[in-house]
Amino acid sequence: MRRVSTRGAAPAPIGLPVPRRDGVAKVTGRGRFTVDIGMPGLAHAKLLRSPYPHAVIRSIDTAAARRHPGVVAVVTADDLPDVRLVYGHAVADHPMIATGKVRFAGEPVVGVVAEDAVTAEEALRLVSVEYEPLPFVTAPDAALADGAPIIHEQPGEQRAHRGFAEDIARTHPNVCSESRQSWGEIELAFGDAHLVVEGEYRYPRSYAYAMEPYTALARWDEGELTVWTSGQHPYMVREDLAQCFDLPLAAVRVIVPYVGGGYGSKSYTKIEPLTAALALRAGRPVRLGLTIEESILTTRGDAAIVRLRSAFDRDGLILGRQATILLDTGGYAENSPLVGRKAANRLGGPYRIPALDVLCSTVYTNTAPASSFRGFGAPQVTLAGESQMDEAAELLGIDPLEIRRRNLLRPGERPWPNVRGIDADLVADLDLAAEELGWTTPLPTGHGRAICLSASDAGSEPMTTSLVRVHPDGSLTVSCGSTEMGQGSSTVLAQMAAGEMGIELERVHLLQSDTAAVSYDRSTGASRTTTLMGLAIAAAARDARAQLVQWAQESLAPDGPTVIEERSGVRIGDASHDWGDVVRSWFGGHAGECVGRGYIRRSGTTEEMPPFWEIGCVGVEVSVDESTGVIRVEKLVTIGDVGCAINPQLVEGQDIGAAMMGLGMATREELVYEDGNLMNGNLFDYRVPRTTDLPEIRSVIVERGDGVGLYGAKGGGEGSLNPVAAAIANAVWRAAGIRLREAPFSPERVWNALRERDAAARS
Amino acid sequence: MPETMDLSLTVNSRERALRIEARETLGDVLRDRLGLTGTKISCDAQVCGACTVLVDDLAVSACTFLAADAESRSVRTVEGLAPNGVLSPVQQAFIDHAGFQCGFCTPGMLMATTALLEENPAPSRDEVIHALEGNLCRCTGYAQIIDAVLAAARGAISPDAVPDAVPDAGLDTAPTAEATR
Repeated sequence: MRRVSTRGAAPAPIGLPVPRRDGVAKVTGRGRFTVDIGMPGLAHAKLLRSPYPHAVIRSIDTAAARRHPGVVAVVTADDLPDVRLVYGHAVADHPMIATGKVRFAGEPVVGVVAEDAVTAEEALRLVSVEYEPLPFVTAPDAALADGAPIIHEQPGEQRAHRGFAEDIARTHPNVCSESRQSWGEIELAFGDAHLVVEGEYRYPRSYAYAMEPYTALARWDEGELTVWTSGQHPYMVREDLAQCFDLPLAAVRVIVPYVGGGYGSKSYTKIEPLTAALALRAGRPVRLGLTIEESILTTRGDAAIVRLRSAFDRDGLILGRQATILLDTGGYAENSPLVGRKAANRLGGPYRIPALDVLCSTVYTNTAPASSFRGFGAPQVTLAGESQMDEAAELLGIDPLEIRRRNLLRPGERPWPNVRGIDADLVADLDLAAEELGWTTPLPTGHGRAICLSASDAGSEPMTTSLVRVHPDGSLTVSCGSTEMGQGSSTVLAQMAAGEMGIELERVHLLQSDTAAVSYDRSTGASRTTTLMGLAIAAAARDARAQLVQWAQESLAPDGPTVIEERSGVRIGDASHDWGDVVRSWFGGHAGECVGRGYIRRSGTTEEMPPFWEIGCVGVEVSVDESTGVIRVEKLVTIGDVGCAINPQLVEGQDIGAAMMGLGMATREELVYEDGNLMNGNLFDYRVPRTTDLPEIRSVIVERGDGVGLYGAKGGGEGSLNPVAAAIANAVWRAAGIRLREAPFSPERVWNALRERDAAARS
Repeated sequence: MPETMDLSLTVNSRERALRIEARETLGDVLRDRLGLTGTKISCDAQVCGACTVLVDDLAVSACTFLAADAESRSVRTVEGLAPNGVLSPVQQAFIDHAGFQCGFCTPGMLMATTALLEENPAPSRDEVIHALEGNLCRCTGYAQIIDAVLAAARGAISPDAVPDAVPDAGLDTAPTAEATR
């Protein structure tokens, strides 16, 4: 790891590679995940899923299953008249259990609760469901054709209070949402163009493969609902549960233990409402633990068809970009409307684009629902945008790095009107990547290099709170609604609290992700936690310190002298007092507590949106095996432009992990549908990267203090995924003279492209 | 009624005798009957390696290994790596090198590494990569895991491998000293 820093000073342990605070728990097997939780009286649920991609449910016979020994409850939609079955973050269109119709193969139709999971599974086989199959469609372009099967006869209820009403302009019954991003005079831009590059680029249906499958437990106690879940956003799940069961928010408690991988796939609500409904009918606590095969059917990443035209002048300056994007959201909207909006926002990428017009439609198909996934629209559109930068460079005879330097936004420059200016030095990032990749050194035959960039409007909404509680021994409890899903929030947030209160890290204890015990945070996603929760904790620490200084004056020096605030406490004359001394003195005994509150909203430095720009800057060197079509990434450079690395070791891990995930998407990963069925919905057939795929890696962390967060921090962890597919495509062009526009760049696709290249050369 | 059977085995040096259903896997017995939930089940199909445990020192996938086949054998799980509360060199190296993020693959990764180093105490980088090919990790991209394994093999680990006292170790330029507010 190399660190490049021009940022200002920050108090230790901020900026230090301290060991992960969840380290011992996770290497001893003592760390508890949702899959590890049990409780007295717990019953176990299994789900019967539709074998049809699109069908009307004629009848369900559960009598034999109900009689099966050990069965506690058998639940269909008809058994839940007292529950609001339909939920959804952007569009309420998703019944927790099929209501009259199924829209993808694998949709839950019946739930069985039994004394153990094996009995529940046995009972599922005793349920008979009569279906009337309907015509189905599994590709978004086909879903928009005349006469395509209509997947939702009635539009879902738009969640206007979450800001999605304007995205719903239905041009076709299978269009779920439409997002438009445009500025400048697009006709003029293309009219003046010296060069127009056009193309269609495809990004596959993908699976995040969080290794812990979706799991939830629900328990009802006197009208209060407690749910344990492997989910990223406990407060959002609370809101959906409150609506489904008509409960006050305060009567719903959502607890998130350690999360075994998220990557966006565990954001928003998944199986929690159904688990709670099963527990309601069972009259007992219920655990619903999905298999990986079922998890794949629960949420996947959005496939994309991106049709992009880019206009350039003769010097390679971009004049305009015009695009239509189709995202395949599957049977339900889930969070795809937001992915669609972000895809439209992110198509311009890190460049100065005088005129842009993008229409992104999310389209229903009879496939498993798509939702948030690391990168969130950016990998899909960056493949298109960055491919065309290289295509234009070649046609104009300009070096591919030079054409980027000419177009990259400069620090502070706004990508479009009324947004925050770019909080990064993109040209410097590009030059660092070139240096690390050895851009000018000679390459072996069959190798190629490329560097690509992205810029994402990240951070989501600033709606974040924290409490810092100072105890009479000077130790701290920091409470926050951010989840620990491996990204290291439990470590970096504690580092920031220790730094801001001036105490040792060992004296900081973090309480996370329990809606009854910690205060509100909107979500753990969009790379927002270090930035926004970091600011909330800093604000809470400031609030506590201000109170403590006043308390010191009142209780330790009521008649003067003036109390002086120091890093770790106060000084009165020659005497120093730590924060614990002040707490005890003010309460006049041995106990007490000072509570500091931090609120972050759209105000002050976090008023402008987005809260920050997440930068991706990745370089690759690839080789192409002409005989097999196998692409090997030989070398990978990641630039982690994070403003201030609160913990550089964790930043490095996030960057490399993101880039390797991008490498998997670019070269191998794709969920394949045939005849309405998912053909490779398991870990045998869906191949994710292994140790043997690891290239030589150069990780650079860049700290220029230019983010809105504490000491100039800003988010990371997604950026290094976004440009990887584009970088590989461009490097393969230079290695082998083939232009890959459809990911994944599987050996078969590459081999075919090589043969076409040879055939074209002969003719 | 399901067919049941008696099972005697040693788990982390402790002898255990229990009555199980014949269909149960070693993963079922460890997690559900013995409460050893450190062993994680992910793919449930012997692809991902998350459930790796050692049976008579050999790494196996507990998700598909029938418990009956562990009769009279010695099983080691992640819970047995630090018998006296002192982390093993492999565990410590994974902490020092941040060889995990979410931690779900970690118990299996640690057991596979333990088996490797017992058989080959000084593996090359390529040997580590090959030995861990059957252990998937979706968070780290593997680089820090491989560094951790090589460090454990070198014995180049210590509880204080990351000094708290040195500000901003590794900076190209180091303007950041401990600041006063």
